[in-house]
Amino acid sequence: MATLNSKIPDGPLAEKWTNYKAIQKLVNPANKRKLDIIVVGTGLAGASAAASLGELGFNVKAFCYQDSPRRAHSIAAQGGINAAKNYQNDGDSVYRLFYDTIKGGDYRSREANVYRLAEVSNNIIDQCVAQGVPFAREYGGLLDNRSFGGAQVSRTFYARGQTGQQLLLGAYGALSRQIHKGTVKIFTRNEMLDVVLVDGKARGIITRNLISGEIERHAAHAVVIASGGYGNAFFLSTNAMGSNGSAAWQIYKKGSFFANPAFVQIHPTCIPVHGSFQSKLTLMSESLRNDGRIWVPKKQEDAEAIRAGKLKPTDIPEEARDYYLERRYPAFGNLVPRDVASRAAKERCDAGFGVGTGLAVYLDFTDAIQRLGKEVVEARYGNLFQMYEKIVDENPYETPMMIYPAIHYTMGGTWVDYELMTSVPGLYSIGESNFSDHGANRLGASALMQGLADGYFVLPYTIQNYLADEIRTPKISTDLPEFTEAVKNVQDRLYRLMNIKGKQSVDSFHKKFGLLLWDLVGMSRNKEGLQKALKNFKLLKEEFWKDIRIPGEPEEMNPELEKASRVADFIEIGELMARDALNREESCGGHFREEFQTEEGEALRNDKDFMYVAAWEYKGPDKDPVLHKELLKYENIEVKQRNYK
Amino acid sequence: MSNIFTSSIGKKLMMALLGIFLVLFLLVHLGVNLLILMDSRQAFNVAAHFMAHNIVIKVFEIFLFGGFILHIFYGLILQVKNWLSRPIGYNKTNNSQTSFFSKFMIHTAVIIFIFLTIHMIDFYFKSKFTNAVEIVNYNGKEYHDLAALVLQKFKMPAFVIGYILSFVFMSFHLLHGFQSAFQTLGINHKVYTPIIKKIGIICTLIITVGFTIIPLYVYFFK
Amino acid sequence: MDLTLKIWRQENARAKGKFVTYQVTDISPDSSFLEMLDVLNQQIIDKLEKPVCFDHDCREGICGACGLYINGRPHGPDSAVTTCQLHMRKFKDGDTIVIEPWRAKPFPIIKDLVADRIAFDKIIHAGGYISVNTGGVPDANAIPIPRNLAEISMDAAACIGCGACVAACKNASAMLFVAAKVSQFAVLPQGKVEASERVKAMVAKMDELGFGSCTNTGACEAECPKEISLSHIARLNREFYTAKIC
Repeated sequence: MATLNSKIPDGPLAEKWTNYKAIQKLVNPANKRKLDIIVVGTGLAGASAAASLGELGFNVKAFCYQDSPRRAHSIAAQGGINAAKNYQNDGDSVYRLFYDTIKGGDYRSREANVYRLAEVSNNIIDQCVAQGVPFAREYGGLLDNRSFGGAQVSRTFYARGQTGQQLLLGAYGALSRQIHKGTVKIFTRNEMLDVVLVDGKARGIITRNLISGEIERHAAHAVVIASGGYGNAFFLSTNAMGSNGSAAWQIYKKGSFFANPAFVQIHPTCIPVHGSFQSKLTLMSESLRNDGRIWVPKKQEDAEAIRAGKLKPTDIPEEARDYYLERRYPAFGNLVPRDVASRAAKERCDAGFGVGTGLAVYLDFTDAIQRLGKEVVEARYGNLFQMYEKIVDENPYETPMMIYPAIHYTMGGTWVDYELMTSVPGLYSIGESNFSDHGANRLGASALMQGLADGYFVLPYTIQNYLADEIRTPKISTDLPEFTEAVKNVQDRLYRLMNIKGKQSVDSFHKKFGLLLWDLVGMSRNKEGLQKALKNFKLLKEEFWKDIRIPGEPEEMNPELEKASRVADFIEIGELMARDALNREESCGGHFREEFQTEEGEALRNDKDFMYVAAWEYKGPDKDPVLHKELLKYENIEVKQRNYK
Repeated sequence: MSNIFTSSIGKKLMMALLGIFLVLFLLVHLGVNLLILMDSRQAFNVAAHFMAHNIVIKVFEIFLFGGFILHIFYGLILQVKNWLSRPIGYNKTNNSQTSFFSKFMIHTAVIIFIFLTIHMIDFYFKSKFTNAVEIVNYNGKEYHDLAALVLQKFKMPAFVIGYILSFVFMSFHLLHGFQSAFQTLGINHKVYTPIIKKIGIICTLIITVGFTIIPLYVYFFK
Repeated sequence: MDLTLKIWRQENARAKGKFVTYQVTDISPDSSFLEMLDVLNQQIIDKLEKPVCFDHDCREGICGACGLYINGRPHGPDSAVTTCQLHMRKFKDGDTIVIEPWRAKPFPIIKDLVADRIAFDKIIHAGGYISVNTGGVPDANAIPIPRNLAEISMDAAACIGCGACVAACKNASAMLFVAAKVSQFAVLPQGKVEASERVKAMVAKMDELGFGSCTNTGACEAECPKEISLSHIARLNREFYTAKIC
């Protein structure tokens, strides 16, 4: 049985990564050519890893379900990327970025990993600038920074509101260069459906060609999963329509532990839901909270009148408005971390003070416009205001915006050790799809940092420590019985799905499941709800496998089949989320258990019993997963209660 | 350098340079033509003679013919390639905001080409290769009385209408072509491009109005 | 809103396609165009037929996956939006909407409204990048870059590779797409090093793939969801001449 060995190198925190690199095994150039690596996903982590591994001389095969690697959902990140450059001379340092990330993650992430992340953050900025990423600049020609997500220093680099796009296009450029050179082979419109293990080691994947429906076999000496998070389980999220957790889920079923599935992030500034036809939620950059003030009416009757369309927000006088974040958290006000801001909005709406459909609060720029002038506000947020107006058809310069929290990011994911290897040898997980760096809550502008850190600067080193022992392994044949069996399993599953021929479409089912997941395993959870969720999800799973309807054939382009396969996994992921949330009897970061809160309604952590990573091991379709605990040790940081008052 | 004209951009460069060259020629041609509005036919005939016999102009003429031919040749190659770039068209015709006349460059080009052919037969070939043009004598030198030929043609209503219409289409061609040539040359500037566009419109107006008033004047007043 | 939809249906790349007319009723003016198509697809699935295939992913106007030719305009009757950002309030109750895929020789149809835009990737593979390996690069602030140049570069870099420029162009030209990438790097000192090789390789690939040539009609600029300007095409031309002549 696999055990949890995080393989954290010895030595003082600041020297661990240097020490690791000094003693790790490397593969010589002649041998690199003989080794094949599969990378699944071409977002920031996947594209940067595939490109870097290609540059080193490995044979890389990269896969994405989109029609082009450039469309991976990293592209939608708006705000920016953190780095400890201290260009602003405001006292930033590697240690401070490390400290902020651990604290922001509510002390549920690994010290060594996070320190390494902070350490390589500076290299990322250098790398991206060299690639021609057009970061914002000062008039003197040097890079501009902004403060983000309530950080005390300005360490966020940005490219307008399209930082994710620019970083991804940088990585896509690097990847394209390797494709041109022939070191990377790209497979677009190709979705991984299973991983193949030979003698306990990851040796390949089974994919479905999304154009022809053909099932394909691909072999390699190591497999890297960079397929993002599972936020789309909720149906409504800020994820792309195709974002899915299936690759991570398939490897879970083959022995990779799944860590902290309950830790999902809810982003406070999204455009609220406005109808049952809605297919996704649009996020607006958190930077809006730098100048916008969040409020709901003080009186319930005002809120009701607004919902009924009898009153407009501008009709509510100043004294009748409840700026609840400023009221509850005078020190941080509207800039409290994402999880705190989100829960506060839910609390007000649940209490009946919500506006719009009842599930929305106001984000008001009237004061900012008066203080700074319309031009300044326009220069800072013009593109966001325009986006809001396009979607909602209201002018935010004249009437307050409406916002509501939405599922945005999943901190949980495949358990990995210091080398980013999962509990299956030769199988790696990088970027959002692993659990490693953000603990229970991710800070703004840290996702891009982690994705690129893993892909450019961590995995290309650590994977060699494994591959150095594989240089004598000849090319893996796809004719091995393990491949044949995996293909059969994949095909059986697809035919089973096609043959259900029930009544419900995949989307209608997913909506139903997502809503239940949101209600019971969403922003706030309790024991009763989670137990109900576990029971309901089991029933829903049975219902799904009896009543889903997929038109068309498996041997053609069939988006309904793709979705069905993903939703089948989402239901199981939801089940594990509920199980993990039920097990974690404390409130921390994005995980809020109603039973565990202070008298003032703040999250109450339980460090004595739960300062661990919950890694779940799959035991079979009808068996409960087994929990493994990786205890977290904080040797370089004092564990404190987060306080934003 | 060697293979620049095999690329699409290189061909466009050729089109642009030749186009500007042909506009300049049109302006010179207009200058000569306007002489016909004078009371005496002599100035026009002398100028026409100069244009036909001066050695520099004769060399220039080779370039001019070459220019026309290449402009047409590259235009056709590009057009055919452009048609082939979309073998299956749209059901609903495009209604994007575009430079309107840009959609009809090939159509206006065909009309101009037909006009040019007739024009060459009527005047250039007649004067150069036949004896159909009468001879006049100024100061002991013989000149083709091309002016008489022009005046005679411009008394024919059908000819006048055809002539004017051709220049209307020419203006359509130039309205897009002039500014487009500069864009192709890589000249696009916040300040200068609007000026270039205005110069294009002025040039087009001068050419169209200039060439149009001649037959009208002749028809009604001579 | 009640609408009549005329949609291009095509089984696969080899099949002959045709327009099929559908009716949808009770569409919210606040829904996006793709959400309206979701409603249609639900109807089709309820009838046990195959839903309409179309590319889409982020549904917030940045991934560049969606792209439909709606009533004669790529991304439909609104400016500076992708199809997923187009909202039904831009239409009137009772309208007939004709929905076609991108049409261009280098963009063959895969199925229904799904066109294959791999040609764009191939152009980038040919040279749409700065050739630096991971690591070993100078400090990010080692080369100051004038702010206005960084802004021009960003204007061009905003391209999402959706292909609306090709779809709108009467010549199916990819010049705006190529220009955006060439321009992004041409104004930056990092990009100047291999500017000449880059522009030559990308233009050659563009020609080879069968895109038409630019006749400066401006349709691409008008339909670009990211409002990328024709001035970048002029810069591409300059870069190309410099590369070829100097």
